[in-house]
Amino acid sequence: MMCDFLFSLVCTGEIFELKAELNSDKKEKKKEAVKKVIASMTVGKDVSALFPDVVNCMQTDNLELKKLVYLYLMNYAKSQPDMAIMAVNTFVKDCEDPNPLIRALAVRTMGCIRVDKITEYLCEPLRKCLKDEDPYVRKTAAVCVAKLHDINAQLVEDQGFLDTLKDLISDSNPMVVANAVAALSEIAESHPNSNLLDLNPQTINKLLTALNECTEWGQIFILDCLANYTPRDDRESQSICERVTPRLSHANSAVVLSAVKVLMKFMEMLPKDLDYYGTLLKKLAPPLVTLLSAEPELQYVALRNINLIVQRRPEILKHEMKVFFVKYNDPIYVKLEKLDIMIRLASQANIAQVLAELKEYATEVDVDFVRKAVRAIGRCAIKVEQSAERCVSTLLDLIQTKVNYVVQEAIVVIKDIFRKYPNKYESVIATLCENLDSLDEPEARAAMIWIVGEYAERIDNADELLESFLEGFHDESTQVQLQLLTAIVKLFLKKPTETQELVQQVLSLATQDSDNPDLRDRGYIYWRLLSTDPVAAKEVVLAEKPLISEETDLIEPTLLEELICHIGTLASVYHKPPSAFVEGSRGVQHKRLPGSSAAGVSEAPPAVIPSQGDLLGDLLNLDLTPPTTTGPPPPASSGMQMGAMDLLGGGLDSLVGLLNTVLSEAVSFGAPPAAMPASFNVPVSGGLDDLFDLGGGVGMPMGVFNPPKTVWLPAMKAKGLEISGTFVRRAGVIQMEMTLTNKAMSVMTDFAIQFNRNSFGLAPAGPLQVLTPLSPNQSIEAALPLSTVGPVMKMEPLNNLQVAVKNNIDVFYFSCQYPISMLFAEDGKMERQVFLATWKDIPNDNESQFQIKDCHLNSDAASNKLQGSNIFTIAKRTVEGQDMLYQSMKLTNGIWVLAELRVQAGNPNYTVSTPWQRLMCSNVWRVC
Amino acid sequence: MIGGLFIYNHKGEVLISRVYRDDIGYVSMEQSFGWKMRNAVDAFRVNVIHARQQVRSPVTNIARTSFFHVKRSNIWLAAVTKQNVNAAMVFEFLYKMCDVMTAYFGKISEENIKNNFVLIYELLDEILDFGYPQNSETGALKTFITQQGIKGQTKEEQSQITSQVTGQIGWRREGIKYRRNELFLDVLESVNLLMSPQGQVLSAHVSGRVVMKSYLSGMPECKFGMNDKIVIDKQGKGAASDDAGKSGKQSIAIDDCTFHQCVRLSKFDSERSISFIPPDGEYELMRYRTTKDIILPFRVIPLVREVGRTKLEVKVVIKSNFKPSLLAQKIEVRIPTPLNTSGVQVICMKGKAKYKASENAIVWKIKRMAGMKESQISAEIELLPTNDKKKWARPPISMNFEVPFAPSGLKVRYLKVFESKLNYSDHDVIKWVRYIGRSGIYETRC
Repeated sequence: MMCDFLFSLVCTGEIFELKAELNSDKKEKKKEAVKKVIASMTVGKDVSALFPDVVNCMQTDNLELKKLVYLYLMNYAKSQPDMAIMAVNTFVKDCEDPNPLIRALAVRTMGCIRVDKITEYLCEPLRKCLKDEDPYVRKTAAVCVAKLHDINAQLVEDQGFLDTLKDLISDSNPMVVANAVAALSEIAESHPNSNLLDLNPQTINKLLTALNECTEWGQIFILDCLANYTPRDDRESQSICERVTPRLSHANSAVVLSAVKVLMKFMEMLPKDLDYYGTLLKKLAPPLVTLLSAEPELQYVALRNINLIVQRRPEILKHEMKVFFVKYNDPIYVKLEKLDIMIRLASQANIAQVLAELKEYATEVDVDFVRKAVRAIGRCAIKVEQSAERCVSTLLDLIQTKVNYVVQEAIVVIKDIFRKYPNKYESVIATLCENLDSLDEPEARAAMIWIVGEYAERIDNADELLESFLEGFHDESTQVQLQLLTAIVKLFLKKPTETQELVQQVLSLATQDSDNPDLRDRGYIYWRLLSTDPVAAKEVVLAEKPLISEETDLIEPTLLEELICHIGTLASVYHKPPSAFVEGSRGVQHKRLPGSSAAGVSEAPPAVIPSQGDLLGDLLNLDLTPPTTTGPPPPASSGMQMGAMDLLGGGLDSLVGLLNTVLSEAVSFGAPPAAMPASFNVPVSGGLDDLFDLGGGVGMPMGVFNPPKTVWLPAMKAKGLEISGTFVRRAGVIQMEMTLTNKAMSVMTDFAIQFNRNSFGLAPAGPLQVLTPLSPNQSIEAALPLSTVGPVMKMEPLNNLQVAVKNNIDVFYFSCQYPISMLFAEDGKMERQVFLATWKDIPNDNESQFQIKDCHLNSDAASNKLQGSNIFTIAKRTVEGQDMLYQSMKLTNGIWVLAELRVQAGNPNYTVSTPWQRLMCSNVWRVC
Repeated sequence: MIGGLFIYNHKGEVLISRVYRDDIGYVSMEQSFGWKMRNAVDAFRVNVIHARQQVRSPVTNIARTSFFHVKRSNIWLAAVTKQNVNAAMVFEFLYKMCDVMTAYFGKISEENIKNNFVLIYELLDEILDFGYPQNSETGALKTFITQQGIKGQTKEEQSQITSQVTGQIGWRREGIKYRRNELFLDVLESVNLLMSPQGQVLSAHVSGRVVMKSYLSGMPECKFGMNDKIVIDKQGKGAASDDAGKSGKQSIAIDDCTFHQCVRLSKFDSERSISFIPPDGEYELMRYRTTKDIILPFRVIPLVREVGRTKLEVKVVIKSNFKPSLLAQKIEVRIPTPLNTSGVQVICMKGKAKYKASENAIVWKIKRMAGMKESQISAEIELLPTNDKKKWARPPISMNFEVPFAPSGLKVRYLKVFESKLNYSDHDVIKWVRYIGRSGIYETRC
């Protein structure tokens, strides 16, 4: 064929030939030559040498040839910017062509030539094209503004193109509107704070009208843009939903998903008792199911999104279990996703069906899929109590198959089942022990060892079994080693007479022959425990463990909310926020669902098992809240953390880990070192800033800095109850001071207050004292003393507090942020020596710096002032006219904060550096 | 938005590449375009096309760049982006692009792509602008993207083109004329079944399509009606007619349906009436899904018995379950055999059966079969002894067929055509309706 010839022919000597052909007089020959050039460009050959010759062909009335030349220009203009100027004239001329197709082509191509010099010439033609009489030209010009903005944002602003673009939203042609919306959305993304796309009810109305008339792609642009709007009230929200729902029947899945996004988001604002709310929920299910009959790639996108939707609103698809059954010919990526959703939807009503399916899947070919299916059976057992027995027997059947990876996976999940239902299924242990030899994966081995240790009294040859593992102790992975150590100690405490030798052996292996600090430290702890007080050791090691929670690997609620706002996009496919995979400033804004999110969280607190990073933080705080068992349940299902559960319900173990980390590399707040300091610094620096903000008022009495009251709960949101308040620390007691105002027409009574779990365990120390009743237009002051021994959960931001207030009318939710300075304890003055030693031990890279601006105090006054807020100056040093204050403070949960404050005389800016450091309270040391 | 679009052959060689945004493969400025592009291009080839493992996801993230791909025969289409794009839209666009290319030059093959590369570039320039999909209806595109080039257009023609491309009815041009106004409706259903060995229906659904071929003059306004339960019940209530019971029986419950973009969705949402101005020629009017009261045309009854470790006995009975006057066609039953099969003996009452070693299955074909009949096959499978511990997974028995009715029970009640400007009425239009039910994934576990 002719073109095959084109593809094969381009080689080095040929550039010359092409040159001649390009300059030929015959039109046909010219065209063929340009085609050849494009062909070689496609396969990656460098034909930039022909630039002038190709540009010469531009002056033609043959549209096809023109398009080819333009294509060439787009590719090579950047490498030859000076030559590209040659083309400008033709472009400008083409923009005036009577044929609208040519005008549009010219403006479209010019935007793609990313040469700065050309952009200057682009402005005039673009301005004309934006106001062109032909809609085809206008819609092309609208996109061109976005192109130009990408090259030179300033130019676009200076030339006023943004305003013209905004005007196009009111264009009579729906496609122009759609493209203008797309361009504006993109530009707005790179200016997060500009009010570029100022969406108001009028523009929304225009968009909704255009939605009915434009192409499928235009509908997607408009829906995606609508999703960024926050309706003023539930009525507006409902009316938008009503106009968006017809899109759910569109043949294009992307239109459907974008419509689902808008509905999911706006639904947050609808009151749940509204009839329409129920109708909407019902309407969402069928289109989601229909997406599963699309092509496999789209099914995958749909399933990833359904996974999110099911977590946020399980009620939508709870009756649709069957459609997620795996088909034999589904691609593996579809199978795995379906399985995930099946588990999420499993309930008592459908568990029999689900189990039958899962059993079927466990005999499939794909190893990953089979493993996941086995794991799913275990999760069903934990989730639906009634089915546990059946699940266990299914798992036993599977173990009988002797397929290696099936057996290993089954043992891992059976361990979790034991944790959930203690003393119920231990009869199967014998069967498990038969398969001891076939286990070669660390996770399965660790699980098996845990089982043997935990039920040592029921296994006659437990000591032999464990001893057999001990032989290759040093070849095992850390996970298995830790588990083996714990199991043998358990065994010893249960059968002390026969196993003394064994325990000695393992302790010496762990403490003397191991390089692993975790293992060594755990070994030492056991050793000391056993040698000082065996009775206490028994109480500690064999303490009753808290039950594990039922839902595993749910997405963390704030992330889930953000992902719901990104339904249909890549973020929803990756289950990651855009900032995790998009470079630069674009898409870094975090989207939130409208409505009070606190309400959602405290209404149905999903039992989320924190990821490992958060866990350490949680456990830490847990240590300080006696008794240990009341804390958040430690995680269970992930075998990685098994070690942590055995001791002291989780506390001690992580403590050891922590001490290690402190000694080896100080880590802030338990998260991966890189991530945490930033998020922890925010509230604190804010707090310090606040402290200094007051610095100007010299005449003020020394004392704790108390921020002024702010409105926490506006009357609009709470049926007439307005709450404003602040936090203060008075004589070592934290108080929440509130002003309650009744702006409704009726009397309010029966006030009560509750907090959600929070980072520092704040909880009301007593009931809310309100002299009831509160009559209309009356205000009342209430002070609520707080304790810091409540349940702990890491919040985002850290100092966030979610509060529920109840009165005779309803329950209201709000969230507020407390100044971190409130948590600085009175005994935060560190010993000088300790301070010095600690300060030295902190590596530099853990340090963070920030400046406090415009503070006109000298160092002594500042120091006094800070002391009032329980920030103590330990030492002072003067170097080159700079005063350096070394300070310490202690948070109520025992975390020490060290800081260095530099004050330069005459310079109103202070520099604070805080390396993060934590030491545990002394009672912790006593335990060791 | 989409940063670039590449088409590869099965070897991973680039056939078409179009870059819309610079961000997708940045190399320093002075390097030529060719190099920059190759960056992203190579990443995809190495990580996906040449990957040793089976594709685990249609979306791949390589070095913060996301690749979406679909495969048509042995051609890969890949869209590349660095932003948080609408993923569903990208895939829809890739499918659409395949449709457009097929409409222009037939099958998507390496040869066709090479022969039409200029056309493809022209199309890509038109349907994707700066990564934003634009009008991609073939009907509209064909008016101004032709391989002949547009010559001698009058001004009216030009503005007609642009108004069609951007207009509300982007899928149909004005001034179409036919001597004979004719339309064909095909109700194409695929019936899906998953049955347990005991004959319990685990899941069954019908996914149907109504495909229309319209050869109508002018801008006709059409209204389509079927035996949708919601509509019939509503009418039954209004008219309180005596045959409400009868029509109630004949109506079907549609779980969900989606429409071609020509259908006025808001009208369907409020009145559940399907009204539209159709594109010219063939297109898919609607898709629907039903799960209730499905007529399962065939029942498969498997019986597999393991005789020792080296022999399997298989007996499969199929029963047809529809009116005796109707004929099913192209019946094929596929019975999987273990990998270590050494020989197979088959006896069947009807049709032909063969063991296909390359497919690890016994394939039993019957040309025609009337309703309410049954037929049987029995086979003896000899197995080689293996020491493979893993049990044979026993894939389900699958079936293919074609029947001349709609398994969902869907009936077309009317398709009315109104064209006020031209002088033809609904009665003058010749209408043809045809029902075809095919097997989708029709499986019985054994």
